[in-house]
Amino acid sequence: MEVQELKVKSFVTKYHSEKKALISVLQDIQEEYNYLPQEALKIVSDTLGIPLIDIIGVATFYRAFSLEPRGKHLVTVCMGTACHVRGGPKILEEFERKLNITAGETTEDRQFSLETVACLGCCAIGPVVVVDGDYHAQTSIRKVGSILKKYMKKEKKNESN
Amino acid sequence: MKAIKKIKTTEDLTQAIQYQIQKRQSEKKPVLTVSAGTCGQARGSLKVIDSLKKAIQKNSLEDKVKIKVTGCHGFCEAEPNIIIQPQDIFYQKVQPKDTEDIASQTIINNEIIDRLLFSDPISKTTVLKENDISFYKKQKRILLGDNALIDPTDIDDYLSVGGYGSLAKVLSEMTPEEVIEIIKQSGLRGRGGAGFPAGYKWEFTRKAKESPKYIICNADEGDPGAYMDRSLLEGNPHRVLEGMIIGAYAVGAEEGTIYVRDEYPLAVKHIFLAIAQAENMGLLGEKILGTDFNFTIHVSKGAGAFVCGEETALIASVEGRIGEPRQRPPFPALKGLWKYPTNINNVETWANVPLIIEKGAGWFSKIGTKGSKGTKIFSLVGKINNTGLVEVPMGITLREVIFEIGGGIPGGKEFKAVQTGGPSGGCLPKNKLDLPIDYEGLTEAGSIMGSGGMIVMDENTCMVDVAKYFLNFLRDESCGKCLSCREGTQRMWEIVTDISEGKGKESDIQFLEQLAQATKDASLCGLGQTAANPVLSTLRYFRDEYIAHVKDKTCPAGVCKNLITYSILEDKCTGCLACIKVCPQEAISGELKKVHVLDQEKCIKCGACFEACQFDAIKIE
Amino acid sequence: MINLKINGLEVKAEEGWTVLETAKFYGLEIPTLCYNEGLSPYGGCRLCLVEIGEGPKAKLVSSCTYPAEEGLIVRTDTKRVIETRKMMIELMLSLAPNSKVIQDLASKFGVTQVRFKIRNEECILCGLCVRMCAEQMDGRAIGFQHRGYKRKISTPFDIRSEECRLCGGCIYICPACQLRCQGPEAETAVCNACLNMDPTCLDHYDDLQCWMYDAGRCGTCVRESKEKSKEQTSKQ
Repeated sequence: MEVQELKVKSFVTKYHSEKKALISVLQDIQEEYNYLPQEALKIVSDTLGIPLIDIIGVATFYRAFSLEPRGKHLVTVCMGTACHVRGGPKILEEFERKLNITAGETTEDRQFSLETVACLGCCAIGPVVVVDGDYHAQTSIRKVGSILKKYMKKEKKNESN
Repeated sequence: MKAIKKIKTTEDLTQAIQYQIQKRQSEKKPVLTVSAGTCGQARGSLKVIDSLKKAIQKNSLEDKVKIKVTGCHGFCEAEPNIIIQPQDIFYQKVQPKDTEDIASQTIINNEIIDRLLFSDPISKTTVLKENDISFYKKQKRILLGDNALIDPTDIDDYLSVGGYGSLAKVLSEMTPEEVIEIIKQSGLRGRGGAGFPAGYKWEFTRKAKESPKYIICNADEGDPGAYMDRSLLEGNPHRVLEGMIIGAYAVGAEEGTIYVRDEYPLAVKHIFLAIAQAENMGLLGEKILGTDFNFTIHVSKGAGAFVCGEETALIASVEGRIGEPRQRPPFPALKGLWKYPTNINNVETWANVPLIIEKGAGWFSKIGTKGSKGTKIFSLVGKINNTGLVEVPMGITLREVIFEIGGGIPGGKEFKAVQTGGPSGGCLPKNKLDLPIDYEGLTEAGSIMGSGGMIVMDENTCMVDVAKYFLNFLRDESCGKCLSCREGTQRMWEIVTDISEGKGKESDIQFLEQLAQATKDASLCGLGQTAANPVLSTLRYFRDEYIAHVKDKTCPAGVCKNLITYSILEDKCTGCLACIKVCPQEAISGELKKVHVLDQEKCIKCGACFEACQFDAIKIE
Repeated sequence: MINLKINGLEVKAEEGWTVLETAKFYGLEIPTLCYNEGLSPYGGCRLCLVEIGEGPKAKLVSSCTYPAEEGLIVRTDTKRVIETRKMMIELMLSLAPNSKVIQDLASKFGVTQVRFKIRNEECILCGLCVRMCAEQMDGRAIGFQHRGYKRKISTPFDIRSEECRLCGGCIYICPACQLRCQGPEAETAVCNACLNMDPTCLDHYDDLQCWMYDAGRCGTCVRESKEKSKEQTSKQ
């Protein structure tokens, strides 16, 4: 997706061009482009008057941001303590096997990104997996395949339309 | 959002509250309360609400019943659950298809649907009423109780349970110093983990000479396994706001910030809504309720960093910088946000404030132990039957929480350990079950209260694996400034990983203890200083397990991959092909109705076969 | 003036001084690495730790960032401080074994082993280069990125920075950039050359021949004394 200078500048002015709103600006850019494009960061640096190196520091420090484009579907596996005790790591491994990537990576066709999160606060229904904002409760190794199929089907549907 | 009338004086507020209370009490229609917090929604409560509405319509009950969508009721295991008032009927695990029966049988014919009742895991009997359920019986839900009564998106509903009455009292009758005095006398300690006496903390900021002053609500709840703050913010945001407004008045602040985790979208939504409603009602803004007190609240979202739960890192994040803690002194109470006096408290701490004002310091200090007053909300999760949020008076024992409220360990397994305090805490074994829960007691035993995470572990949990898990978490979440924390957590992780893979040497255990001590002593902030706790507490109570991994190269709990083997028990295998279908490496061979065989060379110990087998034929040793 | 005690000595500090600045004023030695007088204090290397307070509440803090407070009791060389300091040096050695500065610290404080796997990154993330670039050279070309075990120092996007003026300030100030006595092809992670030195030049000259007290720098003494001790052991 091409970075539109006006769009990025609008995110900055939304917060009255205040330096302290850097994280909020980056969150808006992340949501818009599904990652933080280099050009966007340079625009933010110029308009907010913050050195680019400091912006990179913030962008890489926080988990919410990604400097590489994320996949169309974001698979987030919860690695919280409760989910861990209920077998979370085995679920992650199954996703890694099925998607052929490791956590933190995106599939070559840019369809899926696999991430982990420390805790979503839904421990009662663990192990939890969130795909595109949909929460999947009590995931098991068996369910992984059908969860992925659901989103792959969506792709085929969209393609044929 | 429905139109909200601005309230101009404390008398008007008191009247408005009375009006709402009366309105609630005179409600004759039965109310169906559906829990729809984040985990309720994850379990399908929105679909249940939809079909419930349709069932009500179909049975022509629209004018005869009320549906109320609330936040978490606390008993997560039972969600989606519906509580029917005034009968106090508790229906658990409700599916969309059950709603028709609820409408036609229970509402119209007053018939109870047995299959929807809670079944006690110990006594095996069904229970009708919410308050009779073993999960709720020993709790003291002064904070969470209202979650089941109010719609968090409606400020009037909060007024109908007496909400904002404490604010009216404070602004009409009390000076800031008097408010601080009550909080001091109540003995309220910070619920974020450190347990610092809240009243004294407020006093530091009050007495600071510089201005402007700020208050912050720390809603960064980063401990994995802890979600009580989420539940409070989703289910009763106005209680937190009321606490903050009272606190701001007490310390002399005109601006407040709620720093909330990015991972809590529903909580963020409800807070924004609550703030807007409070502003419209005149409870936030300029000259609140006709006094000279001005106060506004902003929301600042986190961006995925556990360390931002630490005060100074949180402030850095609000200021738009990376979450690197700084040296204290100077403390935030004197030099905090933008270097001005700032009072930071946790969500649960703020939520306690209106109750203390309403019912008095004496009432609060009667609950709990000598050193730890009041209640604490714990998230009881892991290997436990009744998973959920429990609010108990300080001083209750771990045994009571885990076995009486929690209903014990599922599958008849043996209790092994309970982990409290998140990654800064420790694992307590069986012989500590009778420990009364309070700040000092937990610290002495080698753990901490923390924000209230309580993760139960059974015989199939490997404590070396647990230590490895926490160290992996900490080495990633460390901000990286201090050599001792950044390298300490990384190196401790390397050593424990080696031990878990059977590569450990005997000298490793002593070395690990030395490194843990250095990490603890040398680090700047709480993250580094407590990073060693998971290792030290598991070494203290489960040293044998470490030794088994190092000396005998075995994992007694059957978890550490390199030290276990999967095999198929011939006498149990029925030849059903289930494991063959799921094995990703095609390591199992066999035909229908013939005993299957597992090829060790190909086995990657993923656990898929163990999960799939219905006949306990897969052995892990 | 602020009154405090360091190692039992009653000292006075000006407003705004840190414990380290106070100690330096009085000539009391506290080892440092990431501290530089011309740059803002960072407190990252944890070498300048001192023990403050007494009894069970005593704790270790980095003296370069801890403010001098009225009535503070500071001790610079307690058992706890010394053990922790040694562990910090051991961690640093595993990250940058080719640094003369760190090897000298190891010899000075008696660190003779490195029990960690050597992960030679030639960098201990002390941040001196970042602060030098930002504060003294006004460049802001390099900075900290990521966090935890993934933390690193680099330019934006790891490419040549437009802000970098090639001033060399970062190289100048870096403690890892000076090569150790036994050279980069050393056999062991710990050099300890100066601990194992036997000046051979004193057999021939009256004065130590090393200039600027850089004993062991030329390596001759060390090599010769190593061979001497090899001879002795083979003779036995």
